[in-house]
Amino acid sequence: MTENPFPLDRDDLLKAYRIMRTIREFEERLHIDFAKGDIPGFVHLYAGEEASAAGIMMHLKDNDRIASTHRGHGHCIAKGVDVHEMMAEIYGRSTGACRGKGGSMHIADLSKGMMGANGILGAGAPLACGAALAAKVRGDGGVGISFVGDGASNQGMFLESLNLAAVWNLPAIFVVENNGYAESTARDWAVAVDSYIDRASGFGLPGVTVDGTDFFAVYEAAGEIIRRAREGGGPALLECNMVRFYGHFEGDAQTYRAKGEVEAIRASRDCIKIFAERVIEAGVISRAELEAIDKEVLDLIEDAVRAAKSAPLPAPAELLTDVYVAY
Amino acid sequence: MARKISMKQAINEALDLEMTRDPSVIVMGEDIVGGTGSPGEDDAWGGVLGVTKGLHAKHGNRLMDTPLSESAYIGAAIGAATCGLRPVAELMFIDFMGVCFDQIFNQAAKFRYMFGGKAETPVVIRAMVGAGFRAAAQHSQMLTPIFTHIPGVKVVCPSNAYDAKGLLIQSIRDNDPVIFCEHKNLYGLECDVPAESYAIPFGEANVLRDGGDVTIVSYGLTVHRAMEAAEALAKDKVEAEVIDLRTLSPIDWDTVIDSVERTGRLVVVDEAHPRCSIASDVAAFVGQNAFGALKAGVQMVTAPHVPVPFSPVLEDLYIPNAAAIADAARRTLAPTGTSPRSIAA
Repeated sequence: MTENPFPLDRDDLLKAYRIMRTIREFEERLHIDFAKGDIPGFVHLYAGEEASAAGIMMHLKDNDRIASTHRGHGHCIAKGVDVHEMMAEIYGRSTGACRGKGGSMHIADLSKGMMGANGILGAGAPLACGAALAAKVRGDGGVGISFVGDGASNQGMFLESLNLAAVWNLPAIFVVENNGYAESTARDWAVAVDSYIDRASGFGLPGVTVDGTDFFAVYEAAGEIIRRAREGGGPALLECNMVRFYGHFEGDAQTYRAKGEVEAIRASRDCIKIFAERVIEAGVISRAELEAIDKEVLDLIEDAVRAAKSAPLPAPAELLTDVYVAY
Repeated sequence: MARKISMKQAINEALDLEMTRDPSVIVMGEDIVGGTGSPGEDDAWGGVLGVTKGLHAKHGNRLMDTPLSESAYIGAAIGAATCGLRPVAELMFIDFMGVCFDQIFNQAAKFRYMFGGKAETPVVIRAMVGAGFRAAAQHSQMLTPIFTHIPGVKVVCPSNAYDAKGLLIQSIRDNDPVIFCEHKNLYGLECDVPAESYAIPFGEANVLRDGGDVTIVSYGLTVHRAMEAAEALAKDKVEAEVIDLRTLSPIDWDTVIDSVERTGRLVVVDEAHPRCSIASDVAAFVGQNAFGALKAGVQMVTAPHVPVPFSPVLEDLYIPNAAAIADAARRTLAPTGTSPRSIAA
């Protein structure tokens, strides 16, 4: 067997690949089924950004908590939320992760440390500070991680959270997933600084920028930041520069993008292809092993869609339940 | 054993008792310790009006000053609540809700429903409400109706020290988000309060005065104005029943309806603005559910539809007063078509 040059053992490499592949297939399938009119509401796809979710979440346990974004499917899958429950939720079924009452933008599983996708940009940052505070008060070594896009990085809630985390020395990590677009508006137009490291240092936080299409770069940077936070070293910001394969939401004609842009990034900046080529080239994982995972993931997604479509819709009485614990 | 203490002391005592009882209770807010990081005294303020004074010495770092950054720390309190703590966050003045409202109404209020019943968010947001402090338009509002409109949050507004202690203890133990409204002009008001711990259940109004002629419903500071009005009416042989709602969400409809069914007349007093207020809410509910019992149109006595003014002479006109409440009660007693002025004369 070839010597493994990667910071993960074979099992973890396969696990990381499976996470990324699952996210990709999940999103590609939603793209197709949404176009058919099978799925109600708004859907924002994470395809192209998988290395960020996987590279970070590989370091986390259930007592580490994440606050996600409107583009949250990838974070959910990487944090261990059940794919069947997610698909059923997106189809508005009673078997969904939120019993059909949340939908794509609100998938949560607190038992897995997933505090929720969030329809309000930047709103997860204070919540992640709260998770980090709870971990600090309890002394359980947990961390709270907030994901925002480059768009939400301009929100006051996010910027205030950077300061609060620094002032309270919280085990909080702020991940800016910079896919170049705040909805349709260019990141470089809407954010006045060139690097988020400058933003972080303005708030007294260390910041790291990585190529978010390189799983290993994300994994190593996140590992260092998370280790430091667990040891009481305080918060940090991680900027993952990445690409978005689809529009802001499904149905977005993306006329604001350059001609050929998506084809080009799919060809040269596909984080899953990049990962696969590296592990195969290093002789640590064979193409056959990855293809076997591809097949299993396809079956999983197919089964999740089939189960979601045949799952019961919420009963009318569900309209009025679970507003309060007691009222 | 009961002693006379102020509402401010009662709130302090409730926080102290719950922090002692339950290590998951933490308290945070701007200047609630006061002086953190400053060269002078520790615990210098104990809250901007001294409500949390002395708690830091006893409970240490479980009482946390925050930066002036309401979105971040109210959100952090909410996030920590979903992770098993029971945070009490002080929003100082409820007028500051504008800068952190997303965390309250889009986050805390919706988690349980939006996540299919899988979340609990046991957070308490304490905030000062109300006019009369010469604090002008941005530090004096009674914004209770904005919160009662939102499913998923509970809204509490005590009128006295006894209720404040029992309701705050209940709020901290409650598993839903609670907006706990403290009228700043009631902080100094004393009444008998037991030294031991007790909880007052939500949704139970307090009938402060029995009477068969007219029902007066209120909450917070104006409960006291309603009681003054009732005394004035009694001199005219009009017996008013005065109901203190105590909690606005949930609200004790049964006690209101029972009373109106006996008196046939209703005056609702609310320090909030008239439109979409607690007053209009109670009036509508009674109109829908006890119309047959009503002998006269429901009267609302509220603040006017204007911001809170600064000049004391104007601010005193702004807050519903006893004379206006008594006049409203007399209007319900006037024969149909009779001018209220002639009754008053």
